[in-house]
Amino acid sequence: MSGPQDGHPAGSEETHGSQAPQGPVPPAGQAQTGQAQTGQAQTGQAQTGEAQTGEDEANLPARLGQERLAEPVIRTGMFGVQDTPDTSGFGLLRVHQVPGIGSLRPYGSYFDAIADALSAGLEAAGVRFSDAIERVVVDRGELTFHVRRERLPEVATEFRDDPALRFELCSGVSGVHYLDDTGRELHAVYHLLSITHNRRVRLEVSTPDADRHIPSLVGVYPTCNWHERETWDFFGIIFDGHPALTRIEMPDDWKGHPQRKDYPLGGIPVEYRGAKIPAPDERRHYS
Amino acid sequence: MTAGQPPQAPAGAGDADSDAAEGRVYTVSGEDWDELIAAANEARDFESGERLVINMGPQHPSTHGVLRLVLTLEGETVSEVRAAIGYLHTGIEKNMEYRTWTQGVTFCTRMDYLSPFFNETAYCLAVERLLGIEDKIPERAQIIRVLLMEFNRAASHLAGIGPMGFELGATTIFLQALRLRERILDLFELITGLRMNHAYIRPGGVVQDLPPGALEAIRTFLDGAPGLVHELRTLIDANTIFIGRTRGVAYLDLEGCMALGVTGPMLRSAGLPWDLRKSQPYCGYETYDFEVPVNDMCDAYGRYLVRIGEIEESLKIVRQCADRLAARGPAGSDNDPVMIRDAKIGWPARLSLGPDGLGPSPEHIAHIMGQSMEALIHHFKLITEGFRVPAGQAYGVVESPRGELAAHVVSDGGTRPYRVHFRDPSFTNLQTIAAICEGGQVADLIPAIASIDPVMGGVDR
Repeated sequence: MSGPQDGHPAGSEETHGSQAPQGPVPPAGQAQTGQAQTGQAQTGQAQTGEAQTGEDEANLPARLGQERLAEPVIRTGMFGVQDTPDTSGFGLLRVHQVPGIGSLRPYGSYFDAIADALSAGLEAAGVRFSDAIERVVVDRGELTFHVRRERLPEVATEFRDDPALRFELCSGVSGVHYLDDTGRELHAVYHLLSITHNRRVRLEVSTPDADRHIPSLVGVYPTCNWHERETWDFFGIIFDGHPALTRIEMPDDWKGHPQRKDYPLGGIPVEYRGAKIPAPDERRHYS
Repeated sequence: MTAGQPPQAPAGAGDADSDAAEGRVYTVSGEDWDELIAAANEARDFESGERLVINMGPQHPSTHGVLRLVLTLEGETVSEVRAAIGYLHTGIEKNMEYRTWTQGVTFCTRMDYLSPFFNETAYCLAVERLLGIEDKIPERAQIIRVLLMEFNRAASHLAGIGPMGFELGATTIFLQALRLRERILDLFELITGLRMNHAYIRPGGVVQDLPPGALEAIRTFLDGAPGLVHELRTLIDANTIFIGRTRGVAYLDLEGCMALGVTGPMLRSAGLPWDLRKSQPYCGYETYDFEVPVNDMCDAYGRYLVRIGEIEESLKIVRQCADRLAARGPAGSDNDPVMIRDAKIGWPARLSLGPDGLGPSPEHIAHIMGQSMEALIHHFKLITEGFRVPAGQAYGVVESPRGELAAHVVSDGGTRPYRVHFRDPSFTNLQTIAAICEGGQVADLIPAIASIDPVMGGVDR
């Protein structure tokens, strides 16, 4: 395995950063919420035709597959070709999306009850709901609260202590590095479980790569201790207030944070008699 | 191994390292214990009651893998325990980002190597939720998943109980448990072709149906297995030495479990009957008849009782699965598939065993090579390129033998996962090592670790 290198790994990753749009794009198939794609129409990448010229598009009836046409398409990097646009006829091979527009009420299931209880609890504690929660996403039967990072400990405490919420168990932290989501590159994702009410909820916190600090939740959920060390180790997110934020999986003197998208996978080619298979991150791929 | 005498316990020692220890350092390897003892006596370490910092592991037969514990000892009393992990970190999560969704199974099955089917299922449940095909998985596939998972639960617990007995000096327990586990692994080999790292459960179902004779072999096993489990119980349950070494050892009550995120047998031995198979059923667990063993002993013995009870319950579930499969008719029927009927996701080829091993069936080869160009293109695209998964994130959870095993899977709409994170119960449960060992005897460390039952492959991933 090679160590970390400066810059980007070989492959098409470099092109994505410069060509993908900055704003969030609604995932395909998600219910349209009104503020749909007019802002995203001019992607420049897709040969989208007449379907999305001008603002009066919002008044047209929905067309099957329309939202897919509006999605930015990265076409370089096909079959290892870095510098030419794809002419293979595959098209639409790379649909890069940053998850996440907000969902509107009613959220359905028990999600409304959770949002109401959280809102009431935060108000009682003197925090406005919109100050603490950026947006609420309901997708695939799962509820996600996007929490502003400075409010994370208050929100987590509320989730743990409010009798109507009572999320006793934290399943730990998972990091995600959205390379293209400028200003919110690093996400820390917490999954909470309420044994009392048999419910699950997800908290998502984002932080810019330039200032990658998130308050630690060890004080609220002690189980986050190792999980936050792992996320620091793999993504470089600094959890302020963690009792001993040190590397946990990688050696102490390791440079770089391996799970980040700008960190190469590494590996060496596999040699056979008469053939050579490139390292995994340099093999032909289709997305 | 190193031993030293720091003037005080290492502060903030999440990964306390003997490099940082002050005082005299002895390096011990191999048989030169006499030298250490002589040197320590000379320095009067023991007489002056100084602290002794000892590295246990990462290569130690009773740390269940490459777990390294940094112990601070005062005589026989453990005053501080710090676990150092990462010796088996293999970058499975990172590697999965460079493979197709289907190939991901091959990687994640290797994490917790004692419970591979649970790793596969957690990942597949998350991918299926992302694809929105949760309710389209064929029922036969779900039954086979449950059958394999419950067999796996029994095998994993046997591999937890056997070595625990061995470490406490009972060779018979070890041999009996491992013998029984071996027979389960034989069934795995019959069904999947491999004893571990099966990659058998795939997004959309399972890779192939049960082979001929599998149900009969399962029934033969089930006829004898409960008796063997009972035999194991008679060896352990009332064993004075076993009880003496485990009762009241490694105590962690419900409050501690909740704070530290402990799940699985550790939680159930603290009195909370929390089992995801009952509370948030998946793969059709709500249709099976089984009990959740629970007790409130909070110690190593209680955890053993939960595990052995779960083995018995698992065998009950397996029997129900076998009955259901038998009632559904012969394996390999087109009316009763084991893979989703969605040509864009399901594996195109039915596998069969040929003279050169397992591969696409001759009929499928004849079809794509001789009859249909479109089928060939489809086969090629699906296998080399893989299928696309709509963007978003999902959380797949199963109750593994060690607790809540979850896969947090993020897709950006491509043919490869954008990010896969596994919440492995061994990782979380191992955090309790300081809470349950500090203040106890050195000898109690061994049953304490065994009662957590960590699998380092899962901890480090």
